[in-house]
Amino acid sequence: MSGGTTLENANPVIFQRSGERLQAATDADEDIHDPIDDREIFDMIRSINDPEHPLSLEELNVVEQVRVKVNDEESVVGVEFTPTIPHCSMATLIGLSIKVKLLRSLPDRFKIDVHITPGTHASEEAVNKQLADKERVAAALENSSLLEVVNQCLSTRSI
Amino acid sequence: MLRSLFQDVHVQSLMLAERACVYNMLINLMESREAELKGLGADFVFGFVQSMDGERDPRNLLLAFQIARTIVKRCYDLGKFAEELFEVTSCYFPIDFTPPANDPHGITREELIQTLRDVLTGTPRFAEFLLPLIIEKLDSDVQSAKLDSLQTLAACVSQYEHKDLAEFLEGLWSSLRREVFQTSSEKIESAGLAALTAITSCLSRSVLNSDSEDSLCTFLDLVLKDCKHHLSEPDLKLVWPSAKLLQAACSASNRASHIITAAVMPSLVEQYNSRAECSHRRTLLEVVQRFIQPVKNSQSSEKEESVFVAFRPSLCSMVFSALTENNSSLQVTAASVLTSLAQQTGLLLDSDIELAVDHLTRLLLTEEDDRVSLAVVECAGALAGLHPAAFITKLVPRLKNEMFSEPMDQDNNRVATEQQSHHAVRKRCLSALAAVSTKPSVVQESTPVLLEVLSSAHTGSIRFSVDEVVSACRSLQRIAGQVEDTEETGRCFHDIIIPRLLSLALQAALEGEGSPGRRSPLLEEVVLSAMVPVISTACSRLQPTLARQTASKAVALFLNGDVSFLPDNSFPSNIQLLKQQGDSWSQSQLVCLLMGCVCSLPRSVEVPQLDQLLSELEEMSCTCSHLLSYTSAAKCFAGLVNKRPQGDSLDSLVQNTMKRVCSELESASSSVHTQAFTLLIWVAKALLLRYHPLSTALTDKLFSLLDDTGLGPMAADGFSLLMSDCPDVLNRSVHADIRIMYRQRFFSENSAKLVQGFNAAPEEKKPNYLKALSNIVNKLPKQVQVTELPALLTLLLEALSCPDQGVQLSTLSCLEPVLIDPPPALIQQLEALINRLLALMSSPTMNVRIASLRCVHAISSFPEHEIMPFRGRVLRALARPLDDKKRLVRSEAVQARAEWFLLGSPGGR
Repeated sequence: MSGGTTLENANPVIFQRSGERLQAATDADEDIHDPIDDREIFDMIRSINDPEHPLSLEELNVVEQVRVKVNDEESVVGVEFTPTIPHCSMATLIGLSIKVKLLRSLPDRFKIDVHITPGTHASEEAVNKQLADKERVAAALENSSLLEVVNQCLSTRSI
Repeated sequence: MLRSLFQDVHVQSLMLAERACVYNMLINLMESREAELKGLGADFVFGFVQSMDGERDPRNLLLAFQIARTIVKRCYDLGKFAEELFEVTSCYFPIDFTPPANDPHGITREELIQTLRDVLTGTPRFAEFLLPLIIEKLDSDVQSAKLDSLQTLAACVSQYEHKDLAEFLEGLWSSLRREVFQTSSEKIESAGLAALTAITSCLSRSVLNSDSEDSLCTFLDLVLKDCKHHLSEPDLKLVWPSAKLLQAACSASNRASHIITAAVMPSLVEQYNSRAECSHRRTLLEVVQRFIQPVKNSQSSEKEESVFVAFRPSLCSMVFSALTENNSSLQVTAASVLTSLAQQTGLLLDSDIELAVDHLTRLLLTEEDDRVSLAVVECAGALAGLHPAAFITKLVPRLKNEMFSEPMDQDNNRVATEQQSHHAVRKRCLSALAAVSTKPSVVQESTPVLLEVLSSAHTGSIRFSVDEVVSACRSLQRIAGQVEDTEETGRCFHDIIIPRLLSLALQAALEGEGSPGRRSPLLEEVVLSAMVPVISTACSRLQPTLARQTASKAVALFLNGDVSFLPDNSFPSNIQLLKQQGDSWSQSQLVCLLMGCVCSLPRSVEVPQLDQLLSELEEMSCTCSHLLSYTSAAKCFAGLVNKRPQGDSLDSLVQNTMKRVCSELESASSSVHTQAFTLLIWVAKALLLRYHPLSTALTDKLFSLLDDTGLGPMAADGFSLLMSDCPDVLNRSVHADIRIMYRQRFFSENSAKLVQGFNAAPEEKKPNYLKALSNIVNKLPKQVQVTELPALLTLLLEALSCPDQGVQLSTLSCLEPVLIDPPPALIQQLEALINRLLALMSSPTMNVRIASLRCVHAISSFPEHEIMPFRGRVLRALARPLDDKKRLVRSEAVQARAEWFLLGSPGGR
């Protein structure tokens, strides 16, 4: 973030971060099976960094827990994300970051669907199509400069 | 000579060493011949400028910068060469120098930065050149250049006057604003804020002339113009940077804070009143809070009126309305704003305080949310320290009433939930009573209430649960720990509270565990254990002379049955508390209270009848069959041994005890193995802490017990007790004799014995040794762990494959911190380590799985080339725990796997 460049959206609305998940008594019980739930998926993606701002996707309200749906038994995950402005050029990149984060964090058995919240982006369909296409996602990750940006979004912030 | 030096020698065409020679010559001359050099006038400066022009070597630069610094600082005549001198030095700014690895000259980047900064900021004459340079460098993309520029800016303006700054203010401000608004680095942000503070305080220093405009006002107008409007958009990102900038300017001087608060506060208050959404209101309150807080520092020194006097009514009404709001985070913020307001000397009126106390009391009694009640209790504590009177007349009586009212239980259905909420109210009241008791006057009022809780609980006149009684004891302990140590409070604890506690406990004990019907909660172990720290904190902290009296009374009670000092005295005269009567433990367990008293006295205070006391304690600890009783007796014995002066009597005491313990342990028929072992370990600890020569004999005995079939596992666990801090005896707060680094010493003297013992031990005894080892290593400071690790690594790896889960867990927990900064020995064993960790990831125990995942996570920050070969294997192995049935395990796996994915990947690390 250098002095010279200007941002697409320099003063975005900031949302409060949710706290750490509260531990239930059953969490420490060896015998109880904890199913994977919406909050758990949300916790995986809420701390992803925005490509532009030193803020997380949660703080920008790009991802919300109500837009995360998981069915552990059927091994399906669906995530909707909302770009901060309808012409956000970063939408594909954000979607890709979410998808990659979930691919790395979930067991193989899951089918992962990431798409834009309906009606919140100008080129919604095109982006959704790109994100749903396995081969294009794989090809994108072969591109080392793209992978670099995705990895930066997925890094835990050091400063 | 100098002239010829400057004229005939072209310094930069010389070799490095000769150039250094010239610089050193100049330095020496400047030290010895300052007056003559100054006589040369500006020529000297010019000569120097010429000779250093073009210097490249960092070593020589450091010398040259030193010369330039002296020129600037000692006011040599710069003549018309000020700009030249500036040019020739500033071309190195900002320093971008990384010393080569294994650099023998030890020149650091920081050194260069600092000396150059000293030169550049040394004189206001450079201002006209330096400030534009800084503005230009702030545009740089290099983070370190920005940081250096900001720090140099802060340093230079502290030397300048406002007229040096005047023409650059606008440029500086827009650069600073940009940095703080857009930065992603906290370092740069705080450097920017510091620079703003420095500029503002420079401007505030300036004396106003009637002809010039007030530059402070002009500058702050600029700041306000750019920042103020952001404060009215409390949900947008720029609120916080704006608030921080304004606060930075505010903290620079009184005048600045007056100007800014006058401009900002009314609009913040108005905003607050017009916004309905709680999150907006909370942000606004937080902003207000940050305005109030920093001012407190500058205020306390001068006895001036608070900046906020004009806003007192509106601020108060804002806080009180937030406290009545039904939103917990808003209430929490309001409580902390209230605390800050109260800390402003003379700001709040008595009526405000009373209103505040009413609000706090109401929240204490009604608010269920933990965060809110915690904040309220904290706020009450802070306010009570400043305004005790209102708390004595209002809060304490109100809480007392509430606690002693019993919930109605007519309707059976509602009983459970109602009792639960009543229980929660009581606990909040108890902790609030502790929090407000910092001033002696409040303590006089609050402690009787707490004592009354204990006595009503004992008599059963009003029902209190065991849990509530324990909380009451904790509150007393907290008060003893935080109150000012005055004669008055000392008397309160030593003359009233401690005798009362002893008396209540004794009454309960005499009624006995067998009494029909209701049993007094004061018989419970948890309650007694909570009373111990009340006594020990008071004895260790408050009024040594009074503590001495308390101790002699307590000893008289336990040895001679002297009950004369106890209140409500209706006790029989033949009490023998240190003798166990049959199987009854209710009286013998009171020894823990004795321990709390005599073991926590300052070392200068003597315990009366010490020899008799020690022998009875030893007897009790070796014969009694009740766990709390014999353990407390052993601890009490150890606590006294630890403080006993060095000498023959101590030696013979220890030897006799040792003989007795050994004979009990060796006789196969003895029924008190555990008791003897407990005494052994506590005495060993007491001696080990003070480096007593006899401690070795005792610890050797412990090592030999690792081979014992019955006591082996217990001995292994005992090492953890030996190495850790004990909360009630033998710690620093009770004035125990503890030498520094006793753990390291113990470890270095004994690690070889352990390794030998391990090698010699039969297979089934080996886990004992591993457990003992990991117990010891676990408690060592990290530096020692790292240096000792190479020798022990094989053993620790062995411990990881030991089937005992306790051993696995404790080994993993001592490995994890070491992995953050791995020693080379560990890297050589990486293969073995990773294999074992990956195997433990499928342990049946979830804590082992979690700990091993954490270690795998930590390994991901090892040097990349060492761990890259394992990346694929680790990632595959980490896929499995992603589907673990326990969520806590999965979340560790997710974090570890994310880091391993980033490893060696572009943009990763």
